[in-house]
Amino acid sequence: MADTKMVSLTIEGRTVSVPDGTTILEAAKTAGILIPHYCYHPGLPVAGVCRMCLVEVEKAPKLAPSCATTVAEGQVVHVHSDKSLDARKGVLEMLLINHPLDCPICDQSGECELQDYTYQEGREDSRYREPKRFNPAEDFGGDVIYVPNRCILCTRCVRFMDDVAHDPVLNVSERGDRALIGKFEGKDLTHPWASNVVDLCPVGALLSKDFLNKARAWELDRTASICPNCTQGCNVTMETRENQLVRMRPRPNEHVNAFFMCDWGRLNYRWMNEKNRVEQPMVGRARALAPTSWEIAITAAARALNGKKVFVAASPMLSNEALFLLTQIMQGGVGAFRVTEGEEAPLAGVKDLALRRERAANVYGAQALGFNKTTDLLAGLKQGDVLVVAGEDLAGIEAAAIARASEVIVISSILPEVASNASVVLPIANFSEEEGTVTNLRGRVQRFTQARQAPGDTRPSWLVLGDLLGAMGKQSNFFLPSEVFASLAASNKTFAGLSYDSIGFKGLPLANAPSTGPNAPIAVGAA
Amino acid sequence: MGYPNQPHQRETPVLSRYFGDTEARSLAGWKKRGGYKALDKALGMAPADIVNVVKESGLRGRGGAGFPTGMKWSFMKPGDGKPHYLCCNADESEPGTFKDRELMRWTPHALVEGCAIGAYAIGAETAYVYIRGEFTEPLYWMEQAVKEAYGAGILGKNAMGTGKRIDVHVHKGAGAYICGEETALMESLEGRRGNPRIKPPFPAVSGVFGMPTTINNVETLIAAAPILMNGADWYKKMSLSNPKSTGTKLFSVCGNVQRPGTYEVVMGFPFKEFLYDLCGGPPHGRKFKAVIPGGASVPIQTVEEAEATLMDYEGFVAQGSMLGSGGVIVIDDGQSMVSVIARIARFFAHESCAQCTQCREGTAWTTKIMERIRDGQGTIEDLDTLLDIAEQMTGKTICVLSDSCAVPVVSGIKKFRGEFEALIQGRRFHPVIAAVA
Repeated sequence: MADTKMVSLTIEGRTVSVPDGTTILEAAKTAGILIPHYCYHPGLPVAGVCRMCLVEVEKAPKLAPSCATTVAEGQVVHVHSDKSLDARKGVLEMLLINHPLDCPICDQSGECELQDYTYQEGREDSRYREPKRFNPAEDFGGDVIYVPNRCILCTRCVRFMDDVAHDPVLNVSERGDRALIGKFEGKDLTHPWASNVVDLCPVGALLSKDFLNKARAWELDRTASICPNCTQGCNVTMETRENQLVRMRPRPNEHVNAFFMCDWGRLNYRWMNEKNRVEQPMVGRARALAPTSWEIAITAAARALNGKKVFVAASPMLSNEALFLLTQIMQGGVGAFRVTEGEEAPLAGVKDLALRRERAANVYGAQALGFNKTTDLLAGLKQGDVLVVAGEDLAGIEAAAIARASEVIVISSILPEVASNASVVLPIANFSEEEGTVTNLRGRVQRFTQARQAPGDTRPSWLVLGDLLGAMGKQSNFFLPSEVFASLAASNKTFAGLSYDSIGFKGLPLANAPSTGPNAPIAVGAA
Repeated sequence: MGYPNQPHQRETPVLSRYFGDTEARSLAGWKKRGGYKALDKALGMAPADIVNVVKESGLRGRGGAGFPTGMKWSFMKPGDGKPHYLCCNADESEPGTFKDRELMRWTPHALVEGCAIGAYAIGAETAYVYIRGEFTEPLYWMEQAVKEAYGAGILGKNAMGTGKRIDVHVHKGAGAYICGEETALMESLEGRRGNPRIKPPFPAVSGVFGMPTTINNVETLIAAAPILMNGADWYKKMSLSNPKSTGTKLFSVCGNVQRPGTYEVVMGFPFKEFLYDLCGGPPHGRKFKAVIPGGASVPIQTVEEAEATLMDYEGFVAQGSMLGSGGVIVIDDGQSMVSVIARIARFFAHESCAQCTQCREGTAWTTKIMERIRDGQGTIEDLDTLLDIAEQMTGKTICVLSDSCAVPVVSGIKKFRGEFEALIQGRRFHPVIAAVA
């Protein structure tokens, strides 16, 4: 990239220098100026059809579509001049003449670009006196509903299916103001990545059936997180309403998921809202589990573990921090995990982006920290070992297999029925309720943050395990997950050099991760 | 009098010479009339020399924009290692225009020859003739002509025995006005929906299949043959007005005239004489009110403007309009201008490709307001709204369809505001009743 020619231009009085070939719209972003636009999306080919991003370029005869005009040396661009504002006002009025203006019942309301720009730059009234065109809503298959009356024909959805998903399902049907998004005969939006069209739609024309009428945009709390549902580790925003996760949407990261996430990952969030939780620490008394205080439970667990051979059955959903602390309480014991598998579903137009076969967030992290991947979870459990069940649901495990353990300690969000004879149960937060890091299949360490409050007396996994380590008489002085991670980075060569600050919210690769390919920016549209 | 009648003595039939002559349609008949001599001559010349002759002749695009043809051809850089393509735009859909239809119906071999000359001149081995889907008869004759030309070795791997390859393919459109826009035509030719592309890149850089492409109108390509045969000077001399507009031009005349038809006159011909003498003037008892001289998308002229016009690229501009495609629509005092403009707007609203917001919504909105005014439901504010919409539709979209819809509305309101106001104020339009002849 060293030989890239730089071009200097002035946008709204600010001088910017960008690589040759950059569009005016992208150049303006670097100067902190957002030029209003609809059809342009950095993850899609340029269409230049909405005409919203028209700007005045000095010495040019006409207004220029900034999404489709590349910068030139010495250019002077006016984004908010009278001429450009007048053009955008015109576009906004035209976009609204056939729009039903049904914001009060529209799911997009509050996060609608048509709404935003109209408030920002549009007319306060309309001069339209004629009947509006009407088309009925249509089920597009998959998770998508199409409401043509709200559609502004930006064609982002069409371009996503054609050029990114490589599954041409959508088209522009009809001409003139009769035009609407159509579906090719016999086809449905069943592509495993099709729901991205809902995110891409700048207005309320494409809606998610799953999210339909569930919440208004302004009621949502948004948290930067990672999709825990496969090893790709797509960056997401977890959206909660009254402490319930109601939607996951992709968060752009050019190294992992570009602008997209798959339907399976997106819709598989309900398990994080589950109600059948262990909410209090418990100890086994007289063949039954009785609620108790954290101090007593931690002390009991430490006593059970100290000096014993330990076998840890961990979940690959646990964070690097929790898994690291588990290795500390193993005292030379063994750790194993298993992972649910499904079919791999790549997104054809983006390099190295797929719904992965292994459906858990931290398979790579668990392996990097020395846990064995196995299909027979308790194969390594020796007679007389102390079994620590960490986040594992023990589905399909026979009571007989567990009986080999001298004692069972459960550190989990949900108490598996087969482990109800545990001597100690320590309730921990699930993925959406705590902070931490996970490592994706390309060795990229990424942070996730707390989106929901954990129920009852539940505590974050790193805190519980840190306390347990302390009670076992080992060095433990953790007040923040970042301190656990610092300890991990200090003691483990693979994680050396990383910290929460350096990882940030785009992640960083492990020392031994491949430096090219997946961890280089991924190219959208590269087939 | 212009085809379908005998030519008027003031006409200069160069391209339209064989209109009505069924024999000229066949290869044998065409050769008898001197056909393919120009191609023979061209293939013996260096491509750059052909381009120079055409440049020298002053031939300008006959499809509407009037871009100098020789200069367009010179944009095709020889030896760039890429295949070049020639497209012939035979998607003649501009309302009021039917000159290319007649050219292809009567002299299909003239177009085959023109395409071959053009292709050779720009270094292309392949030429596509994109014919409007509704033109079933021209399509039939063109396909016959191409078949005959291949059979006689005029086209193909060894064109005219010179060892040069020239292929001509006839492609049938599917009935969209917008496919007459050059980049939409290319999209359509490639098998996609006919949506205009963003320019740049221009076709000479990236056209059909992403390769350098030249696109010319039917009349333009056909004119190349007589220019090569008779020389640039001969062509240049055919002008009654100025040296920027040379040669002959076909005008297809329709509407309220005594003798509608296709006329060929030299550039700079007086429009008044053309309308009253060649076309026979208005029907009995009527008077001309307005003229749309270059297809529906050029500004409307008042009859006074029309009568003062010299028929060439500059002459029409000087009198408030454009030469356009040469589709002359004549409107007499029996017509309501509001009605005429509403109908034109409806056409553009129907044909908008729906890409750009201003065009998709603006053409339809304009139509709705125009029809409301026509039906006596208009308000005075509507006129301002119309002009404002037209302003938003001008110069802001990918192609000029949107501008084309705005043009008749703006010129109509400007020049015939009285008719709009009369309808708005509740006065019915009273057409002049024609006197019995």
